[in-house]
Amino acid sequence: MAAQLKPGQGPLDYGSRTWLKVLFAAIFFVLYAPIITLVAFSFNTDKRGVVWRGFTLDNYTKAWNNASLIEALTNSLVIAVIATVIATVLGALTALLMWRFRFPFKGAYEGFMALPIVIPEICMGVALLLFFVSSGMMGLFVALPWPLNLGNIIFAHVTFCFPFVAVVVRSRLVGFNRQLEEASKDLGASEWQTFWSIIVPFMKPGLIAGALLAFTLSLDDFVITFFTSGPETVTFPVKVYSLVRRGVSPEINAASTVLIVITVVATVLAMKLQAPPKADKG
Amino acid sequence: MSDSIVSIRNVTKAFPGGVTAVDNVSLDIAQNEFFALLGPSGCGKTTLLRMISGLETPTGGQIIIGGEDMAYTPPNKRPTNMVFQSYAVFPHMTVEQNVGYGLKVTGVASDEIKRRVGEALEMVKLTALAKRKPDQMSGGQRQRVALARALVKRPKVLLLDEPLSALDAKLRDDMRMELTRLQETVGITFIIVTHDQDEALSMASRIAVMDRGAVQQVATPTELYEQPKTRFVADFIGKVNLIEARVHRQIGRKIDCELKGVGRMELASDNLVGGQVAVAVRPEKLKIATSEPSTAIRVQGKVRDVAYYGDTSHVVIEAADGLDLSVNVQNDTRLGGSGVERGQSVWVSWASEDSIVLTE
Repeated sequence: MAAQLKPGQGPLDYGSRTWLKVLFAAIFFVLYAPIITLVAFSFNTDKRGVVWRGFTLDNYTKAWNNASLIEALTNSLVIAVIATVIATVLGALTALLMWRFRFPFKGAYEGFMALPIVIPEICMGVALLLFFVSSGMMGLFVALPWPLNLGNIIFAHVTFCFPFVAVVVRSRLVGFNRQLEEASKDLGASEWQTFWSIIVPFMKPGLIAGALLAFTLSLDDFVITFFTSGPETVTFPVKVYSLVRRGVSPEINAASTVLIVITVVATVLAMKLQAPPKADKG
Repeated sequence: MSDSIVSIRNVTKAFPGGVTAVDNVSLDIAQNEFFALLGPSGCGKTTLLRMISGLETPTGGQIIIGGEDMAYTPPNKRPTNMVFQSYAVFPHMTVEQNVGYGLKVTGVASDEIKRRVGEALEMVKLTALAKRKPDQMSGGQRQRVALARALVKRPKVLLLDEPLSALDAKLRDDMRMELTRLQETVGITFIIVTHDQDEALSMASRIAVMDRGAVQQVATPTELYEQPKTRFVADFIGKVNLIEARVHRQIGRKIDCELKGVGRMELASDNLVGGQVAVAVRPEKLKIATSEPSTAIRVQGKVRDVAYYGDTSHVVIEAADGLDLSVNVQNDTRLGGSGVERGQSVWVSWASEDSIVLTE
């Protein structure tokens, strides 16, 4: 079906075709309409949040004054930050191990390492709960003061986040020119110096992307957190879930909007950091 | 050799899986030499270079650098520096940082780094690009960064792994002269690995020709071209006519032999030879004549092909017994060309001293 091209139109200029524009619009609508609705209704005056009645910022103040909601949000952020740091380090080391060394059963190890990515979350949740309870960690952490009582959730989040970091960093390392490492050693650098001044800077985009992935995964995780959190340690998604059961309130919309903004800002920041720095730096 | 800077003694490198890349090689490389390791791909030349740098360890033998056996010394503890085939310029550092890296990691004071980096950049004419990142530079410029980065360390030996292979033809010629100039200025021993005979012949003071992990011959470029020791060397360096010959007897330092398609003659040969040898003659040593010449060695044949190269023409002549002879003719007049045309019957002759008798 070789359609005639218009003058000046390239064979890959699909953007100028009407049916494709319609398809694009439909896809964008399905993807973003729910989010836009959520954000829009966070400014709604209606208490039930179903019909638009007028603009207000009250929901934000209400959300801000809702101590338990703020506590849940703080918990979520603390967990996400700590879990991200640990998962990034652990993931990067795993990626290095798999890239760098040859050892028996490496293939099997690589497969096992990726298991948390494919195992259904519900199974991970149950498994972690069983593990925490039978090892006594559940009781141990729950008794500790804040923020140490988040320990088991952080542990759980690291478990499912670090394979993502490892996969991202590993795929970055595939493109590494081994001669760079050799050149560094040839120029007199030790193994350690080579690692810090050549390999880590090369991994950086992968580390940032992996950390970002881990952060967002941790921040919005519900299933695993639901199973592993104690009665005193509620995270934001779990809190929202319990509130929604009593009816959707615009407060939740407001708090969710804040969460969206945090993630978007983090993403933009990460992309900025990844972009090659402008020249003229000594 | 007592003044050798690198002494390779019976070095062998066998990779797990049964491949012997370098097989019992011994070489002596003198101070200030421009030494080339030449051979086809897979001959073990790069592996040998990497063993000198310390990036590979031999499975046997000694590598003596500056009087000390360094066969198992790690690369960061050796007085050698390498220019890699891919240049391996650090992408996240500026030119300046790249060149200064080797000094920084060994704890040289920062003002001295600055001075030496400046000098090194001057030497390779990159001062203006000091703040650039490698991705804003051409291949030739990156190569200069790699050179400066290695030379700034003031190594005893500079190792170059196929340094010109990634450059285009024009740049390659410039760089060839530049390397020769640099070597003369800095007075450091250069060891270059190449598969390109022109590169080796035009730059090196001595060349080791390698094949299948072993050194075939070590000689100056002229010796290598005019007195090759084996068929492999004669064939690998330049073009050559290899003519099979049967030896009848040896008379002092001469042999009485029968050249296939040419005839019986006496040729000089120091070697005590057996029944079958090869006689090598370079194409430019052959002369074409339309009438029978009076020289001792002459063959009649028919021109099968004439290829015109501007300055020379390469003529292939079909003689008796399936013998093909390549002759290079200088096109020394503008209108004359090669003077022969396809299908013409001609005589080919050469001086007996231009024949090289090869036994292996």
